[in-house]
Amino acid sequence: MGIIKKVPVYAEKFPGGGIITTSLNYIFSQSQASSLWYLLFGTACCAIELMATGASRYDFDRFGMIFRASPRQSDLIIAAGTITKKMAPRLKLLHDQMAEPRYVIAMGGCTVGGGPFYYDSYAVEKGIDHIVPVDVYIPGCPPRPESLFEGCLKLQEKVKLQKIQDWS
Amino acid sequence: MELIGIFKYLYEQLVATGIPQVWVDLISLVASAVIIFGVLALIALFLVWWERKLSADFQQRMGPMLTGWHGLIQTVADAIKLIQKEDITPTKADRPVFFWAPIICFVAAFAVYVTVPFGEGLIVSDLNIGILYIVAITTFTVISLLMAGWGSNNKYALLGGMRSAAQVVSYEVPMIVAILSVIVFVGSLSMVDIVESQALIYQWYIFRMPFGPIAFVIFIIAATAETNRTPFDLPEAEQELVAGFNIEYSGMKFAMFFLAEFINMFTVSAIGATLFLGGWQGPFLPSWVWFLVKTFGLVFVFMWFRWTYPRLRVDQLMEFSWKFLLPLAFANLILAGWMKYSGWFNW
Repeated sequence: MGIIKKVPVYAEKFPGGGIITTSLNYIFSQSQASSLWYLLFGTACCAIELMATGASRYDFDRFGMIFRASPRQSDLIIAAGTITKKMAPRLKLLHDQMAEPRYVIAMGGCTVGGGPFYYDSYAVEKGIDHIVPVDVYIPGCPPRPESLFEGCLKLQEKVKLQKIQDWS
Repeated sequence: MELIGIFKYLYEQLVATGIPQVWVDLISLVASAVIIFGVLALIALFLVWWERKLSADFQQRMGPMLTGWHGLIQTVADAIKLIQKEDITPTKADRPVFFWAPIICFVAAFAVYVTVPFGEGLIVSDLNIGILYIVAITTFTVISLLMAGWGSNNKYALLGGMRSAAQVVSYEVPMIVAILSVIVFVGSLSMVDIVESQALIYQWYIFRMPFGPIAFVIFIIAATAETNRTPFDLPEAEQELVAGFNIEYSGMKFAMFFLAEFINMFTVSAIGATLFLGGWQGPFLPSWVWFLVKTFGLVFVFMWFRWTYPRLRVDQLMEFSWKFLLPLAFANLILAGWMKYSGWFNW
């Protein structure tokens, strides 16, 4: 990481050196956006829609998205389903275990803001952005696979805007 | 079309420059190592894509479509993404063991190709113990998987590593006995001798009735288990072990395990093509094309297995190896020895 981050610093001093930076940016961000491996993390009924999206009719693999069971190898948590107060520390733990760069999609009303459990529930976390940083919110109860695709495409747009200079 | 002519021409040019013979040999060895590394890395990337497309076909999906033409550069994108990922070493991991495990796995996967004949004369070194060397080097994979399981300090990784060690060791025995029955017929361990003894199609060992087909089937089953693929992919069973021995590996280390797995699959297919399907032998086309056609045919068979069969249980797996495959392989070896000795089938 360190070496690659130094490339823009040195390359841009030469005339035309910006080409290197821009093409590196392009290759890195494009490849990142087109292989977002998501974590197997389904906690409630949204997971059924997530499975349907991964299966034959809708097929996540077209975007290069495949599931990994291990958080170390995945880039993206699709938080599918109600996150209870008891599940929240586990979600935080899984997010911490993922390798940088990592992204979070909040799928469904419960993860966006509590959903149907917003009133009169002592057990449900009212939105997972209290726990982990969320990149894309997908409302719906549960959202259809088309909405999930829309959210993933929005996330891809966000990933493609990254620059090497911004890496932490 | 024969590639060996190009290499011979380059070698002669190198000799003609007048540098000492030692340096010429060294340069040609390094060059062949680089060529083999490049070709195999390309093949591994292609195989990952092919597996995803084939799995999509078996499940009536599309597979990768949006990265390049029909997702052709999908694996390149995956590799570049994995380079960018953070390299995590768990705090309680056994650091040197954790670090060296993927490297040993990767190197062992490539070191096999010293004695694999890609075509007529296209072999780095025709050792007179060629097949023994291959069998010995592939065993290194077990050590690396055990190291990965132990070094990660994770219970699922340890279980996966132990399972894969038990499985690979017990399936290696019938596989080697099946290979032995071919070697008994050839009378040589050299890969080139093995291929040259099956010049015509009825001389291929898969067609030597009755021991050939049995040895081939035993070899294919054991090789599937050897490469940890479905129906024997217990070391990576997602339902029980999350991801198996590589659960704690991220980024490029995981990519090394992943590529080594696919190269191992190509290796066992190449061995199968060389031992049973006549290696580079075939009419009209150049020899290396025949080798690649046969090898990729066997790779397709392995992928076909993977997306067709469900996974076995651990006890079924062990029983199948020790109680069924091994006695059958030994009986087959005796049969092959008798056929060779009696001289009835030596066409």
